Formats: sequence, structure tokens, C-alpha cells
Amino acid sequence: MENKLTFIKEKKYQLVAWAFLAALFIAIAVLEAVVPPTSILFTVLKKGAIYALVAVSMNLLNGFTGLFSLGQAGFMLLGAYTYAIFTIPLSAREQVYQYFNGGAIHFTLPVFVALILAGLVAALFAYLIGLPVLHLKSDYLAIATLGFAEIIRAIFQWDKLGVITNGSNLLRKYPVFRSTLFYFTVSGICIALILLLINSTYGRAFKAIRDDEVAAEAMGINLARHKQLSFTISSFFAGISGALLAMFQTTIQASQFKSAMTYEILLIVVIGGIGSVTGSCIASFLFIACSEWWLRFLDNANLNITPIQILRPGFRKVVFSVVIMLIVLFYQKGIMGEHEFSVAGIIKKLKGCKKAFRDLKLKFKKEGLEE
Amino acid sequence: MNALQNNLPYILAGISTGGQYALIAIGYTMVYGILRLINFAHGDVFMAAGLIMISAYGFMPLWVSIPFTIILTVLLGFAVERVAYKPLRTAPRMSIMISAIGMSYLLQNLALYFTGGLLKKYPTIPWISDSITIAGAITKRVTVITPFLTILLVVALVLLINHTKIGMAMRAVSKDFETAQLMGIKIDSVISTTFIIGSFLAAVGSILFFSNYPGVTPTVGGMPGLKAFVAAVFGGIGSIPGAVIGAFLIGICENIIKGVGLTTFSDAFTFVLLIAVLMFMPTGIFGEKVTDKV
Repeated sequence: MENKLTFIKEKKYQLVAWAFLAALFIAIAVLEAVVPPTSILFTVLKKGAIYALVAVSMNLLNGFTGLFSLGQAGFMLLGAYTYAIFTIPLSAREQVYQYFNGGAIHFTLPVFVALILAGLVAALFAYLIGLPVLHLKSDYLAIATLGFAEIIRAIFQWDKLGVITNGSNLLRKYPVFRSTLFYFTVSGICIALILLLINSTYGRAFKAIRDDEVAAEAMGINLARHKQLSFTISSFFAGISGALLAMFQTTIQASQFKSAMTYEILLIVVIGGIGSVTGSCIASFLFIACSEWWLRFLDNANLNITPIQILRPGFRKVVFSVVIMLIVLFYQKGIMGEHEFSVAGIIKKLKGCKKAFRDLKLKFKKEGLEE
Repeated sequence: MNALQNNLPYILAGISTGGQYALIAIGYTMVYGILRLINFAHGDVFMAAGLIMISAYGFMPLWVSIPFTIILTVLLGFAVERVAYKPLRTAPRMSIMISAIGMSYLLQNLALYFTGGLLKKYPTIPWISDSITIAGAITKRVTVITPFLTILLVVALVLLINHTKIGMAMRAVSKDFETAQLMGIKIDSVISTTFIIGSFLAAVGSILFFSNYPGVTPTVGGMPGLKAFVAAVFGGIGSIPGAVIGAFLIGICENIIKGVGLTTFSDAFTFVLLIAVLMFMPTGIFGEKVTDKV
């Protein structure tokens, strides 16, 4: 009886969650119909969705498996380049690869095949990289993966590979999607897949490894295999988000994927809460909205009231990084801690508030009577 | 002989870059030895030293601006530790590392704000920037000074660590943090001293480094910082002579690779070396073997 009740309750909450998601998508569709497409709102939403995906993929590693990896930008680069290289239309190749006689690849793949291939290439590289580096301890792993990202960037900028990668020149003219819904759908599906993974037996094994490697090994978890799995899957999704980023920007260049990009993603994960998927999503929209939109006014030199020119280009980023430092120092759990944002949780909280309010009212009433 | 003649400029440049990396690497290796923390902000402190020098040189004579730069950089290093690492002393290691990354992000953005993202031209310091000729190779005098100055500073540092009270305290703290505390060592002041020494060497390194380069940009600290860290790992983290040897080796190899014409890979090489070292010799050349207890 009890079981059945909780089952029904869970079903109810699941329905509410689905309704919430549906409402979100409808809201975006409506916004797209109403607001002019050049609005900064869509830039924030698209970029936010892309960063949400890569932040969740990083969280899978850092938050759920306890592997402190800083290679995300490198895997995004692989994804972005794979997508771009295989989808530039044949007619445009001559123009894009103008310094390399039209490049070496003379076929194109359908967009969705290329998108998945982008993830697969990143995953393949992650697998190969993971073989040597994954047995390293925390900070060594961080620096080794950071190093790999740098190596990948150097290789992609190398002239000799220019017939494929176009050297250090831009890749452009590949098919892109303008609709915000597309980015939300793809990254939503990917995040849902990651969530399913986290809630599976593999996910539990990952968490066991995070909490205590030795104990996990003693419980019969194959450390090497699970770490490898987590690393490869995380990179797969980083690759896909790289491809999405390529679409969003319409041009792509290797020099953009510096370690600073990984740092930004890491900070998103930290702000959202290490070990919280929804936290990463919320944080990435907040992060992008603050850095691209809400704090823009800080860069506007015309708004200065004081005689000293405090507001000028760059001030936004200073304020932004100070806020991040404050979060890192004093609010280490981030927005969500290890918890997940859920409609059920909010309803529970509201009920709690209601009850507390009622108690308070009763108390007042009693006190009033006593007087 | 001819081959040597052709390669001499690269080897000279390599030794010089190596010396500069060595000065940065010591900061990394000492901090890691004590706090077990990769101080990601160290490369940015190095960059900040460059910017301070540029602005100081604008309004004061050379002989004032060099000490001024060094003092300000030391203060910056001290402040970084107090602000970003001290509050997290008991926090998990991952939080401290994230704090270090956040600090590095903050310093870079501050530099971006003050410079406007433009390349600031580094002043030509008379005498050390003069061109000289060694065995037919033309180079700057700083190239020749660097290795000697580096070795001098390192010897002084090693003496300090081995023969003074604060040096002994440092060694004790790096051996065992908690026991050292129980023995009455003031941990905070030892850690601060470590950061002060590290920043001092980074400031000297930055003056030498940027004399060879056209200027300073906000992100210029990242690469030398990472390379210096690799040098520290290569030498066995926590070991000062190891870091110096590693740095010279990386500096020379990198410049030879540039000389061969594979400039793109000069950065990548460093990381290949790092991964190779970590795979086959995880404790570096002079590192102590660590066993993990459950």
C-alpha cells in the first residue's frame, strides 16, 4: 500500500517535470515567434544551451566520477572541427580552403551524421588519451589533460595538416541552424542521456569511485574500465557541444579553444554545484546571461558618473571574476550543492513554508488569546 | 663546427629561456611541496610583474622601477595566498585548485581591464638589452646573464632552505603539515614566506623574460607558467634543483624544436614530455617516492 502510494506520487512528480519541460519548449517557441531573431536573448539562450551540455559533461567527470579533468576545450575543438570539416558543401570548399587547393576531403556527410561523428571522434581521442593518463592522481590528471587539449590545438593549427584542418584559418560556410529550439532539443536529449547514465548502475559505480577509490575497488568495481567509460562518454558529449558551438558561431577557429575556455566551463560547474546536473544547467544560463548581456552596462564608458573612468571595456569581466571568486571562497557548494532542481522539491518546500506559516499563525493566535 | 655555429643561437636562447622558466618553476615546486597545490595563478603573477614594470618604468627611473616591480609583485603573491588559499586551508584539495583557477581568471581579467587587451611594449632596459656577439652568434646580453643569475639565486635559495630557521620550518611543513604545526611552527607565516620567495623569483624571471620579447599581453603568463610547472614535475615536484634542471632542459629542447622549424609543436612538446614523465617516472628525477595509505 505504502509502496503503491509513493509510486503514484513519483509518477505524479514525473508528469509535472515533463509538463515543466514542455512548457519551457513552448515558451521558447513563442518567444521565437514574438521577439525579433536578432535579440540578444536568443544568443544567450543558444550559447547557454551549448554551455549547459558541456558543463554537464564536465560535471559527469568532475562531480560524479571524481576525475579532475581539464581537457574539455580540446574535445570541443575536435567536435567542432569534425562537424565543420565534413559538412562544408563541395561548392564552398574551394573558397574556404583557398590556401590549400580546396582541401583533401571531397565528400560531405548529412548534418546529423556529422553531428554524431563529432561526438565519436572526440570520444575516440578521449579513449586513446585516457589509456595513459587516467591512472594519474587528481592534480596530475588535471595538468595532463590540460596539456592534451593544448597539443590538440597545436596540431589543428599546423600548416602541414592544412588540407584537412585549414591550418590556423577559419572554417566557415558549413550548414548551421538558426532556431533556438534546435540547440535546446539536441542539448536536452544529450543531457537526458547523461542523466540516465548517472542513474544507472554505471552511475552508481562512478559515484562510488568518486567517494572512495579504494573502497570502490574492494567492492569489485573495475576502476580503470569505469574511469575510461566516464572519460570517453563525457568527451563524446563535449564533442557534440563543440559541434553545436560551431553551428552557433557560423565560423570556427582552433585558437579560440584555449585553456581559458575550459576554466570558464569549470567555473560554471562550480557555480552550479559540483555533482548537480540541473545546477550546471542553471549556472550556465546565468553565466552566459551575465557575461553577454546583464553586465554589459559595466563596459559602457558613457555611463560614468564619477570623474574617474571606472566603467570601461573589461570592467564587466573584472566584476564577474570577483563574483566568481566570492562564490568559490564563501559559497563552495554553488547554487544547488549536490542536489537536483526538481518540481517535487519545490512543491515540498512550498508545503513546508505553508505549514510553518500556519504554525506561526496558530502561535500568534495563542499568544493573542493569552493576552 | 658549422652545425654548432648554426645552432648556437638556439642553444643560447634555450639556456636563457630555461633560466627564466627555472625562476618561475621554483615558485610552483615550493608551493606544491608545501600545500600540494598547483598554483595556477603563479603564471599570472609573472605576467602582472611584467605589467607593473611597464607602468613603473613610465614615471620613475630604472634603478627605482626594478625594486618597485619586485616589491609589488611580492605583495601581489602574498595577497593571492591570503585571499584565495588561506580561507580554504581545511577544504578539499579540489576546492583550492578551483580557487587557484578562479584567481588566475581574475588576474587575467584585471590585466585585460588595465591594458585594454592591447600589447604593452616592454621597456628596453639599457645594458642588459644590448646586443653582443658570442662565437659569431648575435644575441642580447640578457641571454648570457640569465643562466648565471638563475644559478646564483638558486644557490642562495638552497642555502636559505638548508641553513636557516625559516628554511628548516619549510622543510618540516612540506614533510608533514600537521606534525609541523604541533611542533609550534607557524604554518601561515611559512606558507606566506613560500609565496613571497616564489613571487620574488617570478618577478626577476619576468624582467629577464620580457626583455627578450616585444611586450606583455594579459594571457602571456599562461604558457610559461604551464611550462614551468612541467619543469617542476619533470624534476620531481618539491625539489628545487630538479625544477631548475627540468627548466633548462625544456628551454633548450623548445628552442631547438623552433630552430628545426616546427614552431607549432614547441608548446606541444612540453606536454608530451610531461605525459611521458608522468607515465614512466611519476615522481620525476629527484622526487621522493610517496606511498598511499588507505
